[in-house]
Formats: sequence, structure tokens, C-alpha cells
Amino acid sequence: MVRQAIDPDLAARLDEVGHQMKAGVDTQQIRSVLEEMLSTMNGNIGSADPRVLEELEELSAFIEQTKSEIAAINPEEIPDEHIPEATDELDAVIEATEVATNSIMEAAEMIESVAEDVSDEQADVLSQAVTQIYEACSFQDITGQRIHKVVGALKEIEKKVETVVEKFGPDRETRDEMKRKRQAEKDSAETGAEDVNEEDLLQGPQLAENANSQDDIDALLADMG
Amino acid sequence: MTVDKEMKILVVDDYKTMIRIIRNLLKQLGFHNVEEATDGSSALTKLREGNFKLCISDWNMEPMTGFQLLKEVRADAKLADLPFIMVTAESKTENVVAAKQAGVNNYIVKPFNAATLKAKLVGVIGDF
Repeated sequence: MVRQAIDPDLAARLDEVGHQMKAGVDTQQIRSVLEEMLSTMNGNIGSADPRVLEELEELSAFIEQTKSEIAAINPEEIPDEHIPEATDELDAVIEATEVATNSIMEAAEMIESVAEDVSDEQADVLSQAVTQIYEACSFQDITGQRIHKVVGALKEIEKKVETVVEKFGPDRETRDEMKRKRQAEKDSAETGAEDVNEEDLLQGPQLAENANSQDDIDALLADMG
Repeated sequence: MTVDKEMKILVVDDYKTMIRIIRNLLKQLGFHNVEEATDGSSALTKLREGNFKLCISDWNMEPMTGFQLLKEVRADAKLADLPFIMVTAESKTENVVAAKQAGVNNYIVKPFNAATLKAKLVGVIGDF
């Protein structure tokens, strides 16, 4: 019934927004629909209901302000950098524990092979110790599964933030450009050691592809004299 | 009944380290004839081709889970009676109930120790 009073173009746009609700609505679209509503209502709102007009204007301003505030905190850094970095680090944890576990297992297997050459009493002691090592090594499987769950949760968060960024953040081209700039700043901070911030020196272990090997470090020190 | 320690055992887990742990623990218990698979599909192929007397499988694997493997085994006339032990971190009641209803012979929750493995083996294949 109300629809009959609405401008047909506006009604069509409202329907379009309604259909998009499941996929997530573009806030710019909401804003433009609101503005259009305001413009079409100008002649119809009587002196008794200016408050409606004011509230719609406030709502429109609020959406714009929220959009600016969200854009100001650079939410695109979360799906573009922070989460991929976090998942890479977690994958590295799984890999490192797997390598360490296999190394421990190899050592235990060597001890077990020696047990064949010692007295029965000593062999029993060695066997018990080796069994305990095998049992303890199963931590790697459990921690690996737990970390995979965390990675799954992070990827879910990434998807949700990505949706927010798509609605409120810059377009893909601008995001790529911003990412390049951040990387360039980071690279320049790494090479310009003179004015380095001490906090920037606390980066923790690096992923294998980003880390300097001992040979790289030796070469760097040798170059520096 | 005497347990044949030369029986062929298939250990299924997508973590190679876990296969190695179970293989070593089985070796300590005297079982040396152990083969391995890293997912349900390859395990099913091996089980159908080989003369296995016991299957020890993880649950959480892709593309075919240990649970799906169990159901396939029970649905296969030639494998229907194969002793099947689930070794998994999935410890919820519904998992255990589902596995039992699907025909699992025993259920070991990770992490486990050698004593637990031995006890569950005895429960399935007899004392040794």
C-alpha cells in the first residue's frame, strides 16, 4: 500500500537493494537511496513531521561518517597483510615442529637399535625411555590439528573483514597501490639502518623465505668490515 | 587363540609422523609387518588388494575420512569383518557413538600412550 505512494524508480531501486541483502549491500547504494528518498519526500512532508527528514539526514550523515572512520583505520591491511602473515607463521610452526619431531624420532630409533647390543636389563631401560619419546612425539599431530583449526578461524575472519573492506574501503586498484607503498616503506626501513626504531628490531623468527641464512649474515658482517 | 605377530597391519594417517609413531610402537609390541596409507581412498585400495588382518586409522583426513573408510570397509563383503581401530583426536561423544554404530572395534583418543595402544589391540585381536 505504501508502495503506491513511492516513486516507481525508487521502488525499483529498493527492490534491487532488497535482493542484494543476502550478499551484502553497498553502503553507497543505501546512501543514494536515502538521498533520493529525501528528495522525493521534500514536497510531501508536512509541517508536522520535519523530524523524519532530520532523522533521515542524520542517518545518511552517520553512514558517511562510519564509512570514513572505517576507511581511516585501513581495514584492508587485515585481509591483505596481517592474516596472510599470521597463517604463514602458523604454517611455519607446523613445519618446524614436524622437522623437529622427525629428528627426535630418528634419534630415538638409533637408541632403540643400540638396545639390541646391551644386556636385557639395560635394553628394558632404553626401550622404556624410547617408548616415552615416541608417545611424547604425538604432540606434533595434536598441535598441528589445533593450529589448522586456528588457521581456519583466521580465514573466516579474513572473509568477513574482506566483505567490510569491499563495502567501506578503497577499491582493489587503490588497495594494491597502498600495499606496494607499505612494502616500499618497509623495505626502505630495513635498508636504512641509521634511524631505525629499536622496536622494529624485534621481529622474532622469520619465515624461511624471508630469513637470512648464517652464510648471508657472515657475508654481511664481512662486507661491513 | 594365539595372536600372529606377523599379521599384516595397515596404519592410516595423514600425518606421516603419527604413522611413524604408531609403526614404532607396534614394532616394540612385536608387530613388524606394517604398511601405511595417508588417506582413506588409498587405504581402501590397499585393503582390497592386500591380505590385511587389522586396520588402525585416523579419522580426520581428506579426501576420504577414516569414518568414511570404516563405512566402506564394513560395506565391502570381503572386508566386512576386518578388525578396525580408530585412532583420533576427535573425542566427542557423537564421534565415538557414530564410529561404534558404523562398526568400529575400538577407539583410541590422541594423544595416547603405548599401554593404551596395547590394551586396545588386545581387546580387538586377543592377548599377546
